[in-house]
Amino acid sequence: MEKEFAEILHRLPYGPPFRFVDGLTRLTPEAVEGFYTFQAESDFYKGHFKNAPVTPGVLLTECCAQIGLVCLGIYLSRGMGELATEATAVAMTESEMEFLKPVYPGERVQVRGEKMYFRFQKLKAKVRLYKANGELACRGQIAGIFKSAGT
Amino acid sequence: MKNTDSYKELLEIIGPYLPEDIDPGTVDKNSHLINELNINSAHLVDIVLDLEDRYDILLEDEDMQKMQTVGDALEIIGLKTSGKNG
Repeated sequence: MEKEFAEILHRLPYGPPFRFVDGLTRLTPEAVEGFYTFQAESDFYKGHFKNAPVTPGVLLTECCAQIGLVCLGIYLSRGMGELATEATAVAMTESEMEFLKPVYPGERVQVRGEKMYFRFQKLKAKVRLYKANGELACRGQIAGIFKSAGT
Repeated sequence: MKNTDSYKELLEIIGPYLPEDIDPGTVDKNSHLINELNINSAHLVDIVLDLEDRYDILLEDEDMQKMQTVGDALEIIGLKTSGKNG
């Protein structure tokens, strides 16, 4: 499984400073789990908020999408029979999120994604992001369309 | 008329996915789902899944490709449901 995790991470279309996945811990056709540490020295903490740094909700959403939707989507696209091409293009199409607790600089968060459906190249997943202390920080539903290069 | 009923049902399914600037009253059988009704391809997937649930049918990639207009959708539903019962 370690090898498979590494391959999925390798296929992610994101790079620094906009990659919000450090590693995966679970991957099945139905669900994915992974983690990420929000770097305390990140530039955006200087302004969000002034003198009170909290991780922006858009970045929590992005972290949920990269782990809960895109990692799972790449895995499912591979499972369709043909060998996955190097590049998987993804377009996020919908997101509906609810934010419950703040995530502070330097926190290691855990994300779980659960497939709702994957049909006609569209994956819709339920996502949950947990704080370092295990509390649920946000949850929602995110969908995207996956296209392998050449299709 | 059976045909009119399924047309009404189809409009009920499509309705929630119509953008705000589309008047549902202007929809007819020739309306192109993507080009005229401005339904995006991600929502077209949701419409197809709703149709599957409503009619207890299974639609394939090729059905999705053929489903260009409201009339095409009606025709595909007709074919799939008649195949199921006959």
